[in-house]
Amino acid sequence: MASTDTGVTGPTRAAIEARTLRTDRWWVSPLLTFVVFSAFVVYATIRAFMGRDYYASPYLSPFYSPCLGDCVEGASDFGQPFRAFPLSAALLILIFPLGFRMTCYYYRKAYYRAFWLSPPACAVAEPHQAYSGETRLPLILQNVHRYFWYAAVLVGLVLTFDTVLAFRNAEHEWGHMGLGTLLMLVNITFIWLYTLSCHSCRHTVGGRLRHFSKHPVRYRLWTWVSRLNVNHGRYAWYSLFSVALVDLYVWLLATGTITDVRFF
Amino acid sequence: MSGYLLKLRIWRGDKDGGEIKDYPVEVSEGEVVLDAIHRVQGTQAGDLAVRWNCKAGKCGSCSAEVNGRPRLMCMCRLSDFEEDEVITVTPMRSFPVIRDLVTDVSFNYEKAKELPAFAPPERDADGKRRMAQIDVERGQEFRKCIECFLCQNTCHVVRDHEDNKPAFAGPRFFLRYAELDMHPLDTHDRRELAQGAAGLGMCNITKCCTEVCPEGIKITDNAIIPLKERVVDRKYDPLVWLGNKIGLRNKDYDGRTDS
Repeated sequence: MASTDTGVTGPTRAAIEARTLRTDRWWVSPLLTFVVFSAFVVYATIRAFMGRDYYASPYLSPFYSPCLGDCVEGASDFGQPFRAFPLSAALLILIFPLGFRMTCYYYRKAYYRAFWLSPPACAVAEPHQAYSGETRLPLILQNVHRYFWYAAVLVGLVLTFDTVLAFRNAEHEWGHMGLGTLLMLVNITFIWLYTLSCHSCRHTVGGRLRHFSKHPVRYRLWTWVSRLNVNHGRYAWYSLFSVALVDLYVWLLATGTITDVRFF
Repeated sequence: MSGYLLKLRIWRGDKDGGEIKDYPVEVSEGEVVLDAIHRVQGTQAGDLAVRWNCKAGKCGSCSAEVNGRPRLMCMCRLSDFEEDEVITVTPMRSFPVIRDLVTDVSFNYEKAKELPAFAPPERDADGKRRMAQIDVERGQEFRKCIECFLCQNTCHVVRDHEDNKPAFAGPRFFLRYAELDMHPLDTHDRRELAQGAAGLGMCNITKCCTEVCPEGIKITDNAIIPLKERVVDRKYDPLVWLGNKIGLRNKDYDGRTDS
């Protein structure tokens, strides 16, 4: 089906009716992205609105950290300044990691392709008649990505603190470790790899310079972040799975469905 | 050397219309799509129009679409396909067709004219200009561009929306904007122009330009996104604005004028 008269089937272009002549399975990648992202959104929404089963001592779900609302005992390591907030405490803080991922250059590519089909794949005509990109509201707001990155660094620090606290047992005695601790360690590793490989991070530490030669330290930082940045999309996926997995593990522990595997 | 009969299809026509026609042709091991096209031209269709030159992936002339994917025909190995696979070659579908596989790529030259040239400062007292090696190296990736315009062809902003062409320079020229904006000796501040006249905001960074670049230039990650971040510095970042007001700021743009 032709997409639009101003596109590949327009009057000046080579007269070919097919919206693409690609013979490979170009639809697999956007379909997979659509399914996985949708599943994550559904899962995260349910968990965020539940408002319970997010703490199984010593583990706090990353969806609820820091727990600043009316949280269960032991979950609020940074106090409860929003104790009066009537809804789930996750809703207070999830906007920051969510905003970071929604405005992320990798995720933008992924969801523009998978959800908005703009384009669904390279050299496959998109179904839209008009296109203005990120020049108008609301998509012009993608330019705030660096602010969400600043917030994501803070969230990363908090999750690192949570991971340290996970080296305790259920009675909060130090020097213990369980499967939950291991999952949180894996998660925080991917979270930091994702956060530090961000394009805005790369720009902030040195990319914005015009003279690398005048800023040797920032140039060195830029080269390190550049190395990570190559795999930004991979870290985006890994950390998406790891954060959901830690939450699921805590959920299952909190509901008594499973018991924690203790290493020592 | 083993050979086989390639099931080749080629789009034939001009601006008034055309169709994809079958040209079964003998090919040999180690050949590329352009070799098959030349054999068709030499044996079956002497009037087949095709643009080519170096046959080495360095001149950027033989850009086309092979099974719907923007490719240089001279770098597209037949061994990448099954021997019984049908290979369909069409002209680039973003530009006005002239005849057969030849398109009118003058859109790109018009966009090149809109981009202010490199503007170095006055020479040093000894008559030279200087820049450090690491600053030279940063732009080398961008200098690999062979202007095949496959990135321009695959970019959906103009491929699917002809009406965007006046307002959008395209990835090849964002590459050039980025190179010059990062250049320590350029005296222009190109961020306003990149966002305004060149239409950087139209790009939704879906990375197809990077996927098709035969030189492997990371157009999106190393040019377009850094350029978007530079525009954010100038237009959307209140911290940078505040820093400028109180004197805590990046002085890299001192002495530069809007282009």
